Amino acid sequence: MQRLDKTELIFKVIAYTLVTLFAIAALYPFIYTISAAVSSRSAFDNGLVVLLPVEFQMDALSGVITDKGFWIAYTNTLFYTFFGTMFSMAMSIMAAYALSKSRLVFRSQINFLIVFTMWFSAGMIPTFLNYKMFGVDFRWGIIWGFGVQAFNVILLRNYFSGVSKEIEEAAIVDGANEFQVLFNVYLPMSKSALATVTLFYALSRWNGYFWNMILVNWNVEHPLQVFLRRYLTEYLMDENASLTDLPYSPYSYMYAMIVMSIIPIIIVYPYLQKYFAKGVNVGGVKE
Amino acid sequence: MRANRDVKLMSHDELKHELLLEELEKKKWHRYWQAIKKDWPLYAMLVPVIIYFFIFRYMPIYGIMAAFKNQTDLTLGVGDAPFSGFYAFRSLIAGDYAKEFWQAFRNTFAISMYGLIFGFPVPIILALFFSEIKSDIYRSITQILTYLPKFISTVVITSIITLMLYEGNEPHQSAGILTTLFTNLGVIEEGTRMMKEPQYFRSIYIISGIWEGAGYGSIVYFAAIMAISPTNYEAARIDGANKLAQIRYVTLPGMAPTLTIMLILRIGEILSVGYEKVLLLYDASTYATADVISTFVTRIGGLMGGATVSLNTAASADLFNSIIAMFLVLGANFISRRVSDTSLF
Repeated sequence: MQRLDKTELIFKVIAYTLVTLFAIAALYPFIYTISAAVSSRSAFDNGLVVLLPVEFQMDALSGVITDKGFWIAYTNTLFYTFFGTMFSMAMSIMAAYALSKSRLVFRSQINFLIVFTMWFSAGMIPTFLNYKMFGVDFRWGIIWGFGVQAFNVILLRNYFSGVSKEIEEAAIVDGANEFQVLFNVYLPMSKSALATVTLFYALSRWNGYFWNMILVNWNVEHPLQVFLRRYLTEYLMDENASLTDLPYSPYSYMYAMIVMSIIPIIIVYPYLQKYFAKGVNVGGVKE
Repeated sequence: MRANRDVKLMSHDELKHELLLEELEKKKWHRYWQAIKKDWPLYAMLVPVIIYFFIFRYMPIYGIMAAFKNQTDLTLGVGDAPFSGFYAFRSLIAGDYAKEFWQAFRNTFAISMYGLIFGFPVPIILALFFSEIKSDIYRSITQILTYLPKFISTVVITSIITLMLYEGNEPHQSAGILTTLFTNLGVIEEGTRMMKEPQYFRSIYIISGIWEGAGYGSIVYFAAIMAISPTNYEAARIDGANKLAQIRYVTLPGMAPTLTIMLILRIGEILSVGYEKVLLLYDASTYATADVISTFVTRIGGLMGGATVSLNTAASADLFNSIIAMFLVLGANFISRRVSDTSLF
């Protein structure tokens, strides 16, 4: 290793310091959230919780765990995420596979049809009216109505285009049909791209709020995000919320719900973040 | 006489030519048909997605008509409502809704511009710092931590922001932790309702946006920096360049293409302020600085529950937004393709 010049050393010190600070800043609100969820009422109400839990209690968390409404919303979110992602992936994989074939007739026209939706959208009001017209206002409707994102199809298509043609030809010589080629050649060779796109779809389903809230009329079909939001605006921000007689603060209850809602993400995050990073770099590709 | 014969000859040739073209055309369609028949599984795979895009991305274009119709209720059909012509556009640009609309328009630009000025450099600087960290483990950990907020839903992020900036309800409930911090630092006066004062909205929106997105945004710049050959730095050091000179003459030129594309694409998105986050953070008391075109549309159109105020006004604002946004994105892409041979589409 070469000796560092003085400015290089200073820069390195600054870099380490600021990166560390930024990482702490990124993490801190989540630590605080957990601490607030498990601190006692008097500690939280008097503003004593700063970083770590004060006067530990689990009542807020167990309150959330026994809250029926919360679990209905949670199950809905699981439903939207699981079936939504499966559906989106099936549609996108098939389309991307077909579009990656140069022998496809009208390939560029179909491509344009899909890419055009990335430039122009009819807008919120027409989209809303259209969704209503097609009955996208219940569970399965949401799955179907928000099925495909053009960007993800393009991302997969680009990846499929790069898959080696020799193996495909060998499979065809061996008598494989189109579906067998897709399942036995393309999919095993595109694991990282598939993981990236699955992650994008799953995240947008898990975190989705706006359209679900304005389209779905039944509270029992609303996902977690809508439930959390409703608790915050309709209950917590009410002046009287803090006057209840619970062993924990209603704020701790909110924080406990947040904790429960992000646990699955925190668990899968370390394994999936590399695909997330990959998606960004594949994103800037052209046709 | 001679001229006459020429004409005749010409038309005869033309006829032959035309017939030939027709034949070719027929053959072409026949060939297409044969290709589709032979490859039918491939086309079958495309059908669901084409239907999807037709129904959910192209059919709504018909609903743009709502801007020119006098529809009073979201639940009624667009087609049946009586026409109102450009009435809604006029009321938007110079009529009853003009004040609110132009305010939303200005806010959209202001929020985007501040977001660009303050938000654009941070991921670049962060990527520069990441590239300085030679310990792989430490760098990975800090990187993973800084991407984390991007994984978390907007509802959760905005809930945490709202709770941390809560002004409190003394003596029952102390103020949120950030409000307490700012009060102690003397940034704000005691009892300030940060979420209810228009003057704080943009700072809250932009700073939280940087907190959320800078780590994720740094990925692409980090990749660009890593692609620069270490020998360039060696050469610069031998020439006696200090760290700042190395950044100025090696790092920045090396990542210039990435910088250019990202900047252009970002400018192309200037009208698409993340409306979900604005919706979740603003309320009636902060419209003056917070209301953007999309939130104006949802409110006037009655999408967020409340009564529909004026559907055609909302749809007009929506259309206005879509058209300008399309030109900005297309323009940005065109320039990006010209400048660097790379584009999003």
